[in-house]
Amino acid sequence: MSANGTSEMITINLDGREVEVPKGMNAIEAAKLHGKEIPHYCYHPKLSIAGNCRMCLIEMGMPMRDRGTGEPVLDEQGVQKIGWGPKPVIGCATDVSPGMHLRTDSESVKEARNGVTEFLLINHPLDCPICDQAGECRLQEFSADHGRGYSRFIEDKNVKPKRTVLGPRVTLDDERCILCSRCVRFSQEVAKDDVLGFVDRGTYSTLTCYPGKELANNYSLNTVDICPVGALTSTDFRFKMRVWFLKRTNSICTESSVGANTTVWSREGKIYRITPRRNDAVNDTWMTDSGRDLFKPFESDDRLTHYTVDGVHQSPEIAAKAAAELLRAGSVAVVGSAHSTVEEQFILEEIAKKTGASVSMVKHEGEGDGILLSEDRSPNLRGALLNGLISELPKGDLTLLAAQVDSGAVKTLLVVNEDLTQLGLTEAQLGQVKIIYLGAFANAVSQVAQVVLPSLSVFEKSGSFVNQNFRLQKFAAAVPGPRGLIAELGVLAMVEALLGEGNSQAPTIAQVWERIGQTEGVFAGLAWQKIPEEGLKLEAGSLAKLNFVESKNLKLDPAALEAAQALPA
Amino acid sequence: MALEEQRLIFKHIDAPGYTRDIDCYLKHGGYEQLKKAVTMKPEDICAEVTASGVRGRGGAGFPAGVKWKFLDRKSGKPIYLICNADESEPGTFKDRQIIHKDPHQLIEGMLCSAFAIQAKLAFIYIRGEFFEGYRILEEAIEEARAKNLLGDNILGSGYSCDIIVHRGAGAYICGEETGLIESLEGNRANPRIKPPYFPAALGLYQCPTIVNNVETLCDVKHIIELGGEAFSKIGTPGNTGTRIWCVSGHVQKPGYYEFPCAALTLGQLINDVCGGLKPGRKLKAVIPGGSSSKILRADERFKGKLKDGTEFDWGIEDIPMDFDSLAAVGSMSGSGGVIIMDDSTDMVEALANINYFYAHESCGQCTPCREGVPWMRKVTARMCAGEAREEDADLLNGIADQIAGRTICAFGEAAAWPVQSFIAKFKDEFVEKAKEQASRRKEGKPAATETTLI
Ligand SMILES: Cc1cc2nc3c(=O)[nH]c(=O)nc-3n(C[C@H](O)[C@H](O)[C@H](O)COP(=O)(O)O)c2cc1C
Ligand code: SF4
Ligand code: SF4
Ligand code: SF4
Ligand code: FES
Repeated sequence: MSANGTSEMITINLDGREVEVPKGMNAIEAAKLHGKEIPHYCYHPKLSIAGNCRMCLIEMGMPMRDRGTGEPVLDEQGVQKIGWGPKPVIGCATDVSPGMHLRTDSESVKEARNGVTEFLLINHPLDCPICDQAGECRLQEFSADHGRGYSRFIEDKNVKPKRTVLGPRVTLDDERCILCSRCVRFSQEVAKDDVLGFVDRGTYSTLTCYPGKELANNYSLNTVDICPVGALTSTDFRFKMRVWFLKRTNSICTESSVGANTTVWSREGKIYRITPRRNDAVNDTWMTDSGRDLFKPFESDDRLTHYTVDGVHQSPEIAAKAAAELLRAGSVAVVGSAHSTVEEQFILEEIAKKTGASVSMVKHEGEGDGILLSEDRSPNLRGALLNGLISELPKGDLTLLAAQVDSGAVKTLLVVNEDLTQLGLTEAQLGQVKIIYLGAFANAVSQVAQVVLPSLSVFEKSGSFVNQNFRLQKFAAAVPGPRGLIAELGVLAMVEALLGEGNSQAPTIAQVWERIGQTEGVFAGLAWQKIPEEGLKLEAGSLAKLNFVESKNLKLDPAALEAAQALPA
Repeated sequence: MALEEQRLIFKHIDAPGYTRDIDCYLKHGGYEQLKKAVTMKPEDICAEVTASGVRGRGGAGFPAGVKWKFLDRKSGKPIYLICNADESEPGTFKDRQIIHKDPHQLIEGMLCSAFAIQAKLAFIYIRGEFFEGYRILEEAIEEARAKNLLGDNILGSGYSCDIIVHRGAGAYICGEETGLIESLEGNRANPRIKPPYFPAALGLYQCPTIVNNVETLCDVKHIIELGGEAFSKIGTPGNTGTRIWCVSGHVQKPGYYEFPCAALTLGQLINDVCGGLKPGRKLKAVIPGGSSSKILRADERFKGKLKDGTEFDWGIEDIPMDFDSLAAVGSMSGSGGVIIMDDSTDMVEALANINYFYAHESCGQCTPCREGVPWMRKVTARMCAGEAREEDADLLNGIADQIAGRTICAFGEAAAWPVQSFIAKFKDEFVEKAKEQASRRKEGKPAATETTLI
């Protein structure tokens, strides 16, 4: 079932049409390839098959062969007869094989969907007007598409718990649960934290956490995402907003070098939630819980919101000029960041070249979880390497820089994000140099910097990162930044221009990419528009030999990579 | 004149002086077939079982020899044998007799079967409520082990096999073979989807597994004794061996009676064997193969063609008691539980009772069964409580139609068939009930007469 089309293609008959599909693909996916939707609840492409909702019932037939001779059985026209099964089959557990016939929209299939829909609704509370899932609810959608439109049920509905706290972030409404077991399978198979299960039997089956356990793992909110109905709700998002009012923006998670693809949901400049966006090469359909909260610090009060020069609020142009002025004096050192985008790092490298500055960077590491949180807690270390901003892996502190300050070799610092006082420089040392600080939050460095250039969050600007697999991925601005701020790429570009003779207008990201595309190396020939939404795998080249910190996780297997490299070409 | 039983499996059961201990069993020729089996080639035993034509006694009536052939022997994984002793189909009470009164017969049958399929480990999954039976089996296994009839290097043959008795988890669905396997593995007895989880390929612990009913496994012992060919002569072609009919309901002498397949008709079973109906009563209906099988109406004529082409035209009492005849009249011999109902039976209440059972027992995994069966229960319970509507009969049938054939396991059919057949045969009574309640209401009387639902 490969997206790259390497697997064997076979011909099946889909609703009377001969179509090509990869061998062994399940009927839901095969039909989808050819524009036919087989409605389903329990099937999820990244989980094991449960086959319990029965919404995906279809008709299946195989070309008939004589039992004794094995010869094809032909009809009067000499065409091989199709032996249709007596009962419908579930599409999710039906893997296509050559010559298979599928009917996805026959009367009996429609009738079967109709029946399942009716059954799912008889005990379902009709909470839609207050249900968080409304607007993105499978049950709502399929009831409209495949339901009868009226009810034959006059008995009392089942009553179940409405507000079960499963963990710190997830609240369950058991009456809405259609018992599809997606959340259970996710917990077992992906999060590897087997805490959910059903108690009681039959129509009284109830989802719960096992006694003494909690749904507290860092992936718990994925259960909310995959729950096809409004049973599992995000405690944070619960009752806050109707989803149809929210704008969706493609983004990239900056929590670690995994670079999970995400969707940012916002309205009128405010972010309401972040959910994973499917990318089979990066994060499948998952993301961490912690990654969903990354927008919150940017709503805090210690955010830098004004360009300042010597403590006085200024326009970006004046601040850029002041920065250029300081840099021109020479003896510059740059402290870059693996949180900067590819574009920002590119301009920073240009500034470093023009000022003859040395560039250093510090690593940000933490424990990996083997799934979607890698040890490297920055989104774009590989970008910095590919840009040539740095040529070796960053160290844990800046003692070398401290020595250069002491010796007077460095007189001006351009610092991106880092709090140097945490990295081996004293406040006294900071007092000996001129500082240009670029960052989103106030810290010990911004307080003493001569020039402060506030930066925007990943949610407020566009750009790209290169993840642990050397995959170039872009993101777009979801919400505007604080009033008066422009993206730091623009400010850096102005500074760079002021150092040379270029014009000092903030360039667009596409214009920056025109320049990046002219560099040698992996970016050669690339353009902003050419980066696909699903990202672009870059050649690691000699960088692959570096001893990166990441260990095995969902989409990274360093041992396998090493083995592949050891093979003679 | 009373028909004579011809007992094969129940030969010693209830015989005066016969006890369940191993000495008594050995005295009656016990374990001779095991001795013989371990000197045979396993594939020859399989061939005998196939030749015998013996069909599964657990419900579906699938030929045991054919089932054994499906075993995936290429995988190199261990093969398991499981004896299904969950016996929970309402109306069925034969396996318990074997376990209580002749446990060594089952053990011998199992060891012969295990040897034939080359399983090194076998399980008896016994219904949780059968605590006494569990104790008896454990005891019998230890007796057999002490005599080297079970365990390592059985009778010096080089073949080793052990039997583990596992108590069931207390639900009817634990008797469905894949639910049973899940339960045996320690999980909820949620039946598995087929494909891909056919037990013969991906059964217990994802290894090839054979699940057979208690009675089926006992038959294997007799197949070895008689030879497949001779066994197949008992009964009629396609309906070989004996069956133990568990008769319950409105007859004078309910109980278990063993006869060769097709050796008697339903009428003979009721009148000659079970002493007829209670005085002054008329036969109204029969459920011939456990509560899941479709009900037969007493005044119906059954016409059609048998598999071999012969035409038939039977009244209910003419139906031969075998697999194919009961299938030909639209029902099944199932697990052998024959439930007789006389004219005192209220069909709505009878169905309400059955619905109550199935709604209570559904595992709840798949939508049509989980939601549909309790809905049917709610409808029939309401009908009994005095709120019947004329349209309820069609509604019930419509719900059942939405269940059968669309579920993970055959429980869906098991629950839908009674409803479909009750409505097909007795719709008039369902409609009548509604009318009667309406008129009672009009007269200011309570709409429902008193009923007791179990
Ligand atoms: C809902 C359900 C319950 C069942 N319960 C039993 C049971 O209690 N005992 C039994 O032997 N078979 C039971 N069966 C049949 C088993 O699934 C299986 O077919 C049988 O054990 C195979 O044995 P046989 O081939 O020897 O008949 C049940 C089937 C279903 C669908
Ligand atoms: S889960 Fe869906 S159908 Fe149910 S109340 Fe919520 S929106 Fe409505
Ligand atoms: S809570 Fe949601 S995902 Fe979990 S079983 Fe219920 S419906 Fe499915
Ligand atoms: S048919 Fe009923 S018993 Fe069988 S799996 Fe589905 S819900 Fe469970
Ligand atoms: S998607 Fe639920 S049964 Fe196939």
